[in-house]
Amino acid sequence: MSRKVFFFASVFFLVTGVFAMLSAASVDHSKFAELNRSFSKPEELTAACLKCHNNAGTDIMKTNHWLWTRKTDKMPGREGQMLDVGKKNIINNFCIAVASNEPRCTSCHIGYGWKDGNFDFTNQNKIDCLVCHDTTGTYEKFPTGAGYPVDKDTVFPENKKLFKKPDYKFIAHNVGRPNRQTCGSCHFYGGGGNAVKHGALDKSLLDPSKEIDVHMSKDGGGMTCVDCHEADRHDIKGQLFSVSVENKDRLSCERCHTRNPHTQTLFVENQPDRTYDIFKNRLYMREKPEVNFTTRVLDKHTERIACQSCHIKFYSTKHKTKVWWDWSKAGQKTPEGKPKVIKDQDGDPIYDGKKGEFKLVKNAVPEYYWFNGTVDHILVGDKIDPDKRPIQINRIAGECGGPDSKIWPFKVIRGKQMFDPENKTLVIPKLFGPKGSGAYWNDWDWAKSAEAGMKAAGVPYSGKYDWIETEMHWPLTHLVVSKENALSCNDCHSRNGRLAGLPACWIPGRDRSLFFDIFGILLIAGSFAGVIVHGAMRYQAAKKRKED
Amino acid sequence: MSKKVYMYKRFERFWHWAQAALIFFLAFTGFEVHGSYRVLGFERAVVLHNYAGFTLITLIAFAIFWHFTTGEWRHYIPTTDKLREMLLYYFKGIFQGERKPVGKSQKVKLNPLQRLTYVGYKIAIVPLMVSTGLIYYYVAHGDIHLRSVKYIAIFHALGAFLLIAFTIIHVYMTTTGHSVTSHIKAMITGWDEVEDEDITE
Repeated sequence: MSRKVFFFASVFFLVTGVFAMLSAASVDHSKFAELNRSFSKPEELTAACLKCHNNAGTDIMKTNHWLWTRKTDKMPGREGQMLDVGKKNIINNFCIAVASNEPRCTSCHIGYGWKDGNFDFTNQNKIDCLVCHDTTGTYEKFPTGAGYPVDKDTVFPENKKLFKKPDYKFIAHNVGRPNRQTCGSCHFYGGGGNAVKHGALDKSLLDPSKEIDVHMSKDGGGMTCVDCHEADRHDIKGQLFSVSVENKDRLSCERCHTRNPHTQTLFVENQPDRTYDIFKNRLYMREKPEVNFTTRVLDKHTERIACQSCHIKFYSTKHKTKVWWDWSKAGQKTPEGKPKVIKDQDGDPIYDGKKGEFKLVKNAVPEYYWFNGTVDHILVGDKIDPDKRPIQINRIAGECGGPDSKIWPFKVIRGKQMFDPENKTLVIPKLFGPKGSGAYWNDWDWAKSAEAGMKAAGVPYSGKYDWIETEMHWPLTHLVVSKENALSCNDCHSRNGRLAGLPACWIPGRDRSLFFDIFGILLIAGSFAGVIVHGAMRYQAAKKRKED
Repeated sequence: MSKKVYMYKRFERFWHWAQAALIFFLAFTGFEVHGSYRVLGFERAVVLHNYAGFTLITLIAFAIFWHFTTGEWRHYIPTTDKLREMLLYYFKGIFQGERKPVGKSQKVKLNPLQRLTYVGYKIAIVPLMVSTGLIYYYVAHGDIHLRSVKYIAIFHALGAFLLIAFTIIHVYMTTTGHSVTSHIKAMITGWDEVEDEDITE
C-alpha cells in the first residue's frame, strides 16, 4: 500500500515539476494573500517575498551585489593574503570611495539603510528585492537615501526630479526577471550620472540601434542584460573587469560564439545551459559564415586579441562619458554662493564647483593594452609612491605572448585627487553629508573633508593633503557591434594606427626594423646609383670611341 | 659577324617572365603589408600577396623539375675560371669596347659571374624568401605558434630588399649584350644573337 502511494506521489511530483519547469511564468503574484495587503515600509514587502522565496535571502547575502566585495588571495603582489576587494574598499578617481559617503553611494546598493560603517549585512529584511525585480518601471531609490525609496513624494533638489512613494502592492503584483530598466537604474548611472563611469554602459542600451549594440538592439539580438548575465541562485555572472581581481566568473563572447566565431555558425545550439532556450525561439540563426582566407585569419586573431577590440569600434557612442576629473579645481561658487556649474554647448557639465573640472568624450577611440583578466588595486589605506605619477589606481596585468593575455580596448579615466604626502596614501574625502559633518559638498573645506573621510575609513591621516594625478583602466565590453561596423585591418595594421603605442609584439604593417629598412633603402639606392653611373660611363666611352 | 641561335626554350622563357611578374607583384603587395604605403588596403594586399606567393612556389617547383629533367641545371655550376676576367671586363673592358672574355652559347649560357649570381639567387635568396614566407603564412593563418613573427618578418623584408637590388642590376645588365635590347629580345623570342666565334657545335 505505502509503495503504491509512493509511486503515485512520485508521478504527481514529476508531472507537476515538469509542468512548472515548462511554464516558468506560471506564477501570478497578484493572487498571493501575502501580497494583497498594504505595505508601509519596504522591509515589510521583503519579508513577504522571503516567506515563499525562503532561500533567496541567504543566497543574496553571498553575492557581490549585496556585499560589494569578494574574497581573493590572488591580488598581484599580495598573493596568498586573503583580502576583501570590491566597491566597498577600493578607491577610484570618480567619487573616490564609499566610506563616509554611504547614504549617497549606497543608493545603488541592493539593500536598505547602509548609511554608515555599521550596516548589518546579515539582516535579510534589508534586502531590496524590487530594485531588480520591478517590472512596472515605477520603483526608484532616492539618490541620497542609503538605498531607500522615499516614504512620501519628494523632489531631489539637485536635479529637481520628483521621486514618488512606491506603490508596493502594485509593484509586488508585477515582479519579474530583471530587465534593462532595472539593471540600468544603477549600472547606467555609475559615477553620478548617465554614462559617466563605464564608457560602454549608458541609457542608450534601453533601446539601442544595431550600430550602437547589436545584441541588445531590437533589430539585432533583442537580448536583455540577463540573457548574458545569468544568475545562479541570485549570483549573477560576469564580474566587472576593472575591479574584480581574479580572472574567473567572467562572461565571454566565446560562450555563445565559440572560439572560432568567424568561420562557424553562432553555435548556441551547442550550449547545454539555459542560453539555448533563450536563443532558440528568439534569435535569428545566422547563416554559416563563409570560410575563406580572411575569416580564418580573423579566427586566428582571437588567440591574441579580445573580440571587444575589433567589435567595439568606439565607446560612449551616444552619451558622453568622463575621461578627466580634476578634483583640485573644485570650490568655485556663483555670486549667490551656489556651486558654479559650467556646461558645454550640448549642456553637459564640464565644471562643477562641488566636483571640479571634467573632460567628456563621445564616440571615442579606446586605448589598447595587453590584459590577461587579472587586476591589481589600490585598496583603502594602501601606500602609494608619489614619485611615480600618474598613480595607477588599478593595474591591469598582461603582456604580449603572456598566458591568457589579449589586446583589450579600454576607457582610461584620468584625473587629480587628494593624497596624504606624509603617510603616502590616497585620501578618502567625505563629500556627502550634512553641514558641520566635514562633508565638502556642504562645508567646502578639503582639510575637514579629508579628516572626516579618513576617520570613517579608519586610515591614519597626517593632516596634510595635496593633489596627485591618477589613472584608472576600464576594459570595455559592452556596445558591441557586428562586423559591418567593426574595425577593419587598416585600423591597426598601419604605422600610425590604433595600436601604434602598444608595447612589444610584432604587428605587420605597424612594425619594422629601422636598421634593416635603412639598410634596404641604401642597398636599392646604391644599386640605382651604380647602374646609372656605369651606364653613363659606358655611353661616354662609346661616344668617345665613335669620335676617334 | 653574328648569328642567331635558339637560346631559351619555351618553358624557360615562360618561367623567367612569370617569375619576374610575380616578384614585381609580390614586392608591390609585400611592401604594403610592410607598411611602406597604403594603396590596396592591408587586407587585400595580404590576400593577394599570399596568392602570388603560393603561385611563385608552384612555379619554382616546376622550374626545379625542369632544370633537373633537362639537365639545364648544369649551366649554374659555379666556376672561378675567368671570373676575374669577367669582373675586370665590367669595370674596365666594357668601357674600352672590348669583347666579353666569356662568350655565350647554347652549351654555355652563363658566364662565371652570372653563374655565381644566379646560384646565389637559387640557393640563398629563394630559400630565404620561401621559408620565411611560409613560416610567416602559417603563423598568421596556420598552426605555427611563435611568440612573435618579428625576426621572420625582418628577414623576409631583408630578402625583398636584396631582390629589388638584384632586379635593378639584372635589368641593367640586359643592356650589355650584342645590342642594348638583344638580351631582352632573346628572353622574349628565345633567339639570341651571338658572335660567330662563340658558336661551338
